[in-house]
Amino acid sequence: MGTAPASRDVTSYGMGLAAPLALFFLVFFVAPLLQLLWLSLHNDTAGLHWGVGQYLHFLTDPFSLSVLGSTLLLGAEVTAVCLVLGFPIAWLYQRVGPRLQTVIILIVLLPLLTSVVVRTFAWIVILGRQGIINATLQSLGIIDTPLKLLYTQFGVVIALAQVQMPLMTLPLITALGRIDPNLDDASCSLGAGSWRTFFRIVLPLSLPGVIAGCTLTYAAAITAFITQSLIGGGQMLFMPMYLYQQASTLQNWPFASAISIIFLLAVLAVVSVFTTLGRMSRGYGGA
Amino acid sequence: MADTPGGRSLVVDAVTHRYPSGALAVENINLDIKGGEIIALLGPSGCGKTTLLRIIAGFIAQTQGRIIIGDDIVDALPPNRRAVGIVFQNYALFPHLSISENVGYGLAARGVDKASRQREAQRLLELVQLPAMAERLPRQLSGGQQQRVALARALAIKPSILLLDEPFAALDKNLRLDMQIEVKRLQRVSGITTLIVTHDQEEALSMADRVAVLSHGKLEQFGTPSDVYDRPQTLFVNTFVGSSNRMPGVVVSADRTAAKVRLDAGAEIIARPAGGTLSEGGRVTVCIRPEHLQFVGDETGFAGVVGMSLPLGATVVHEVTTADGSGVKISQARIGETRALENGAAVRLAPLAPSLANAFPATL
Repeated sequence: MGTAPASRDVTSYGMGLAAPLALFFLVFFVAPLLQLLWLSLHNDTAGLHWGVGQYLHFLTDPFSLSVLGSTLLLGAEVTAVCLVLGFPIAWLYQRVGPRLQTVIILIVLLPLLTSVVVRTFAWIVILGRQGIINATLQSLGIIDTPLKLLYTQFGVVIALAQVQMPLMTLPLITALGRIDPNLDDASCSLGAGSWRTFFRIVLPLSLPGVIAGCTLTYAAAITAFITQSLIGGGQMLFMPMYLYQQASTLQNWPFASAISIIFLLAVLAVVSVFTTLGRMSRGYGGA
Repeated sequence: MADTPGGRSLVVDAVTHRYPSGALAVENINLDIKGGEIIALLGPSGCGKTTLLRIIAGFIAQTQGRIIIGDDIVDALPPNRRAVGIVFQNYALFPHLSISENVGYGLAARGVDKASRQREAQRLLELVQLPAMAERLPRQLSGGQQQRVALARALAIKPSILLLDEPFAALDKNLRLDMQIEVKRLQRVSGITTLIVTHDQEEALSMADRVAVLSHGKLEQFGTPSDVYDRPQTLFVNTFVGSSNRMPGVVVSADRTAAKVRLDAGAEIIARPAGGTLSEGGRVTVCIRPEHLQFVGDETGFAGVVGMSLPLGATVVHEVTTADGSGVKISQARIGETRALENGAAVRLAPLAPSLANAFPATL
């Protein structure tokens, strides 16, 4: 993906044009981040004693580590659900007429057009003890007692997957759209069945979209404070809520800062794993 | 249907295809292709030639008719079980696979082990004269090289039929000729029955044993290049293949082999009734190729005034305006000192021979 020889070198435009955005980021992103780091390096809530005690506390505390673990696991589950459900939608989108494409795009985008609070309460209505699912199953006589859907890991994963689906589907649609439809035909004419064509041609060539979709979905799922808290309820604790409790309720700002930094590093680690996986495949950035 | 060694016969039997919208893509196409032949499907864009190719390959299920390869009716077979090799216009190489993997792809789908695959891929790459490219990626190759790889990939599955979809359209002129020779050489070596879809008449005439000319989904003529060029059966074929002057006229008298036609341009000539029998007094269109006209000194032929003369190297083309105001092109070989014709010079023109003027019933 080299630049065309005729185009001007990017650096020759002068960095001055980037200054407004750079300044914005400096003031509203880099500075708070540094403040966060500074705060996290204090051993007491008053901020008088320097040290890495907050980090040691987090990393030696089984409860904190389990919250981190369950948050990262939650992200993986949501990402997996989105990928498995989103890929067929993106695949279908490339194979239907323009009118159906509009319908699919609308359906895909719909979660983004609804307020997060409204959407989350809708899920409570659907998943609750007297909710739509339980009521339907009971009236059909399939179950006697209501299933516990709300305040479960399952409920959180489903609700988050619905919300984050566009973040997965849109990059996939773009990636699949870039694949020359003749490649499908070529593979088929060479004797490959649909599954071989999918795994050897379509999937490797759509990998940039898969990576982008997974990264976005993952990052959005593990930081989704409202959905996690409302659907998960009080018994399930994930990092955003943990952080909120430490900062707002317990006023333990240094520990909250340390949690933030550790969470940030954990997310960066997972994202770089995604990216590395993509780079390892030759399909990445190809075509 | 007899098969020659290496190539299976292909019969397109009364194939009609209708789009879901109801429009006809191809209508009642019959082609009987012998094993080992090279056939060109020639026609302008939108004439249905690519649809026909996709029907033969199995990507489109035709509305009516049958496709028979060798002794097998293949209509029920999906594309991956027809063993038809295709070279796409844009080559459609798999961008993420190496050249060797591309060529070996069809063998992998057939469960051939890796070592044999690589051996076979190497053999085919040598056949298409790219032995050193096995480990490269398609984007590192030039257009001509990519096409050779696409050919090697199609040949790797030992297809019963080889289909080429506008294979030379993306190549520049010099490379195109090289590749045409290359394809013909490979076809000779393998003896594989080959179908080339093209809109380029020179390509069709130079490469194919027989040419099928299509227009608006109908087969206009199916014959040898010289049949198509010298004995066109329809007005469309006469004007689409090669260039031709169209001169309106009225039939004075006609039998099966010759017709006397009074041209609107003002002369009586003898023409060959090309599109069926002609009735006396009926209006016809007479087609005469520019190279089949000559200047005559006497009172035979029709009169005209020279407009423009274009020296095109080996030939000179003169544009002549006839008495009825229509333009006629005449092309002369440049032998020694060809008589220079001035703008506005009065001349008389006549066909070289009666068999070189084709009369078709005038369509509305």
